[in-house]
Amino acid sequence: MEQEKIKELQQKANAIRQHVIREVAQANSGHIGGALSIADIVSYLYFKEMNVDPSNPKWQDRDRLVLSKGHACAALYAALAEKGFFPVEELLTFRQTGTRLQGHPDMRKTPGVDMSTGSLGQGLSVANGMALAAKLDKKDYRVFVILGDGEIQEGQVWEAAMTAAHYKLDNVTAFLDYNGLQIDGPVKEVMSPSPVEDKFKAFGWNVISIDGHDFNQIEDAVQQAKACKGKPTMIVANTVKGKGVSFMENQVGWHGVAPNEEERDAALKELGV
Amino acid sequence: MTKKIATREAYGNALAEFGEQYPNIVVLDADLSQSTKTNTFKKKFPERFFNMGISEADLMATAAGLALSGKIAFASTFAIFAAGRGFEQVRNSIAYTRANVKIGATHAGITVGEDGGSHQAVEDISLMRSLPNMVVINPADAVEARAAVKAAIEHDGPVYMRFGRLAVPVFFDEATYKFQLGKGAVIEEGTDVSIIATGMMVSSAVEAREILAKEGISARVINIHTIKPIDKDIIVQAASETKAIVTVEEHSIIGGLGSAVAEVLVENYPAPMKRIGLMDKFGQSGKPDELLKLYGLTPEDIASETKALLDRI
Repeated sequence: MEQEKIKELQQKANAIRQHVIREVAQANSGHIGGALSIADIVSYLYFKEMNVDPSNPKWQDRDRLVLSKGHACAALYAALAEKGFFPVEELLTFRQTGTRLQGHPDMRKTPGVDMSTGSLGQGLSVANGMALAAKLDKKDYRVFVILGDGEIQEGQVWEAAMTAAHYKLDNVTAFLDYNGLQIDGPVKEVMSPSPVEDKFKAFGWNVISIDGHDFNQIEDAVQQAKACKGKPTMIVANTVKGKGVSFMENQVGWHGVAPNEEERDAALKELGV
Repeated sequence: MTKKIATREAYGNALAEFGEQYPNIVVLDADLSQSTKTNTFKKKFPERFFNMGISEADLMATAAGLALSGKIAFASTFAIFAAGRGFEQVRNSIAYTRANVKIGATHAGITVGEDGGSHQAVEDISLMRSLPNMVVINPADAVEARAAVKAAIEHDGPVYMRFGRLAVPVFFDEATYKFQLGKGAVIEEGTDVSIIATGMMVSSAVEAREILAKEGISARVINIHTIKPIDKDIIVQAASETKAIVTVEEHSIIGGLGSAVAEVLVENYPAPMKRIGLMDKFGQSGKPDELLKLYGLTPEDIASETKALLDRI
């Protein structure tokens, strides 16, 4: 990828992170840690990879993103606003009564949201359904999914993992946001999913491990996924929960807690505001 | 003798029939396609049939994904698994998103028979009725089941259809039968009492009416195939024109037809009422006709409960 493009994606990711801080601070509620950990992936998808049209959010041939770990939607909304699906100012209505930006994604309310998620474990199944429809209709749109590492403790994820491989859904590309933390503590202590690479390989997936904050690695993995025929791809993205704000990084306490004004300003300062 | 066909049989046939006219129909099943009869569709349109294996959560959410990408997705398994195991997927991935998924749930109620209580859904209507955006249909016979499938296809949004395992009498005439979503029908006139029935209990209610007639009681019989949205007018009219209301369903008296009718009456036209159904009990193994006797769901039971209700008012 060209240096200039990488710089642009970094800038978008940084803008997404700033929005996440502002959204959650304004709402005084929301999920910061897991939104910051996927900011680079979301930036790459919306500003490099996905074929979407902000003026026609329901365009039938668009690429789709199912944010299965729906609680990280502050990052998704930020990307959609930056992309032009709705005004950036609207981000500050996040989680408030009457808002289009619900606490967890609602496809019927928010332009650009492809699936209502938040109840963990359902997104990969839905993505498979969208991918099956593409195959039936001989359309070449792709379906992206972002799963949480705590989320894959849900049994349905493994039902869906079987389905994607069984139906050879090579148009499904999933990211595992492997930040290592969930509400009650380190994922490996709560209920270890490891070794995740081996598990998905055993389920018949093409598995690629990357640094989920490195745009070149994200790019390579997504292009490999597109080239891989007959198998779905799982990109195990090693990430840092709270990435970009030093005092939030790798802190389980920042999973679902809002910053106060002081913390907000300190976070924004670190993000270059 | 009246011809008997299971509503699940009619469901499978209808899918295969309408699959022709609607190329965007897809059908998903969870390893029960022989029993749910979706294999009738599978044989005709194998490329549009997806077996999901024994994974009902995945079944429901995959159907949602297909529906949200332009398909009319029929998802089938036994009612206990469709409404029970897959409940939260139905809620969040189908009802919340208003996905165009049609849930074809078979083997509902105690007439599943020998498989026993673990497999006899007696609470599925209650569960599905509580979900916003969900339409709930419980057809009475094969003719109505076919019509229900057609109506479900024409309705944009989630629909739960309840079918039975047991072959039941076909009493509607295919040539003249008309199905209107959300509309009940008076199928027998009467002036003393109204028996409101759904599903296979409709034919039992008609038989109960004959028993009551011999005792000089004139019973109206109303068929409610659409439990949600329920036909308020026909219920209020029945309450205003007859002395009492009896509801009959092969389902718990909690949350099903009886509850739906009671809700309408209590807010609009309070009337003496008796709910007949599973009395807050699970089913058990046995022959369907023996179980119907055991749980008080025969025409004789309906007649005697109706008479008892009229005696006490």
